[in-house]
Amino acid sequence: MSHKTAGIIGTSGLGVVTVLSYITAYNYFFCFGKVGEVYQKFSNSFEWLRLTDFLHIDLGVLLDPISVMMLVVISTVSFMVHIYSMGYMHGETGFQRYYSFLSLFSFSMLGLVVAPNIFQMYIFWELVGVSSYLLIGFYYTKPSAVAASKKAFIVTRFADLGFLIGILILSFYTQTFDFNILTNTSSSIFQTPITATFMGFSVISWATMLIFIGGAGKSAMLPLHIWLPDAMEGPTPVSALIHAATMVVAGVYLVARLFPIYYFLTPDVLTFIGYVGAATSLFAAIVACTQTDIKRVLAFSTISQIAYMMVALGVSGYGAEHEVGLGYMASMFHLFTHAFFKALLFLCAGAVIHAVHSNEMGDMGGLRKYLPITHITFLIACLSISGIPPFSGFFSKDEILVAAYHKDIALFICMYLVAGLTAFYMFRLYYNIFWGKETHYDHTPHDAGFAMSAPLIFLALLTVVTGFIPFSRFISTDGVAFETETVWTVAIPSILIGVAGIVFATIFYKKQTNIPARIATALGSFYTAASKKFYFDEIYLFVTKKIIFGIISTSIGWFDRNIVDNFMNFQAYWSNGLSYKIKGLQSGRLQQYAWVFAVSVIVIATLIIF
Amino acid sequence: MEFYLVVSTIMFFAGVYGFITRHNMIAVLMSLELILNAVNINFVVFNRFLFPGQMEGMFFSIFIIGVAAAETAVAIAIILNVFRSSKKIETDEVSKMKY
Repeated sequence: MSHKTAGIIGTSGLGVVTVLSYITAYNYFFCFGKVGEVYQKFSNSFEWLRLTDFLHIDLGVLLDPISVMMLVVISTVSFMVHIYSMGYMHGETGFQRYYSFLSLFSFSMLGLVVAPNIFQMYIFWELVGVSSYLLIGFYYTKPSAVAASKKAFIVTRFADLGFLIGILILSFYTQTFDFNILTNTSSSIFQTPITATFMGFSVISWATMLIFIGGAGKSAMLPLHIWLPDAMEGPTPVSALIHAATMVVAGVYLVARLFPIYYFLTPDVLTFIGYVGAATSLFAAIVACTQTDIKRVLAFSTISQIAYMMVALGVSGYGAEHEVGLGYMASMFHLFTHAFFKALLFLCAGAVIHAVHSNEMGDMGGLRKYLPITHITFLIACLSISGIPPFSGFFSKDEILVAAYHKDIALFICMYLVAGLTAFYMFRLYYNIFWGKETHYDHTPHDAGFAMSAPLIFLALLTVVTGFIPFSRFISTDGVAFETETVWTVAIPSILIGVAGIVFATIFYKKQTNIPARIATALGSFYTAASKKFYFDEIYLFVTKKIIFGIISTSIGWFDRNIVDNFMNFQAYWSNGLSYKIKGLQSGRLQQYAWVFAVSVIVIATLIIF
Repeated sequence: MEFYLVVSTIMFFAGVYGFITRHNMIAVLMSLELILNAVNINFVVFNRFLFPGQMEGMFFSIFIIGVAAAETAVAIAIILNVFRSSKKIETDEVSKMKY
């Protein structure tokens, strides 16, 4: 199949899916979804595998506000990435393979979000994991890409083990996989798992905690985030689709899906999620300020922003009155807006890399003259993620800050700081690429062709307009619409800190100065630690190589080789010797047989007679 | 009667001894005939002294002689074939029969 056919098949397939998603969303939100004042959940599934009389795995489709919202996000971003890849991957070997993996991913992700039961979700969860693995390792001749793909697969798989155990515990006690039954927390199925305890915690806490670990692995929460920066070894459009907009928010989606369980049955776990999110967010924002690979900056930015969504879920309440369920709505809103502007950032970074043939900031500078379209769209996305009105990031981030402000002032301060850092590192990136020093290029960089520019422009438009969607009318914890308004007491400080971050970045990086270097020296070891990503990779290497492989595995290996093996060897040696002895009996020599026979007869006769 | 039985016992054990110790297959066959004939003598003697006037023991002896003749013919044929294939008739040399 020629490159062109493969691209057209993949892209047109996604185009159809996008149109269908928009039709579904329109019908759901504006025609049939609302009965009375409440958005209903529609699910339709057939039995796929029956395990016991009660427990069976179904396959089907569930439509509710968040799944329909995700359909729109996934199909839009995926469609844009398909178009963009026609330009970006032009002439690459394995172009067809690339498109088939991309479509496999889109299929799995769509299946994940419409799953009506937790087991179907798990199946598609693993499928997105494997397509992510395949796409990170797309350049399989490059050792770093292979290592990154393995790392991503193993880390997320390790987390998924927790997810699976959580599902098993939950389904064992409640006898169901179905989300509709599971989210009805007042029903009697939860009697046993609440009262039963294991090691001081209720069984339901264990189950939700383990499920969250699965979500934390996919969403790159501390300390399972280590795979995401390395996943940038994949082609840039893949990073935009999988590692920024869709797959990595699966963990947020999972927690949102099971939100009633978290909120009503295990509020401690929900609080814990909030704190993990805050820690991750702050950590990733600090690290992002020190990275020099532009895709890695964006990767840490992604980790930070996803953690934002987790925090929003962690501080959320349930219900529509007095905006207690604000965090939940804000989380989904931020997921929605973030998907577009972060995909846009990645696609812009792809266009820059395409033009300069390098990932390093040091090789760039002064590109605004050469790449006008990329420059403008990148600037829009940066303003959006920094929370500057009227771009979409401002609205969603503001809702999250308001929700945190009402619930937990410590989390609010942490998130507020992160907002400033976000603005700083995004504009550090922006100035380093498009302003800064005048770099000499071997051949003049130029804006990419239509296939790559069109998605940038479209996503930039989305970034500008999506913030004005009244999200709370569509998505809330219990399906009842409510109204939100911008709380200026929170919004103005958040704009101010965003502007402060931008101003600092402008002073530091707009012209080539020595201020950044002086600050780096002043911060000393802290700066070094941050640029080394706080040694998480080294800690993991130490634990796996030195402790697990070096101490535990070596001693187990010694035991296996020397004791287990030797025991079996001894048995084999013993039976081997015995066999040689027995073998002599069947010599084929007739007279020996006769001799044995005669002697035996005499012996037996003697025994009988006496 | 005891004297006849002594003769047949001697013949029987001589046959067993020859069967086990001889290496020549023909000699082994002859030892086998000795064992059979010792049995024949027993049949005839017990019939003559314990059940005079009856003939079953005698008939058995005649049967055994007949069967022995047939069996010898078969054995000779086997020995001839072994000789043809290996040019030997020593029992130690034909232990390959077990395969």
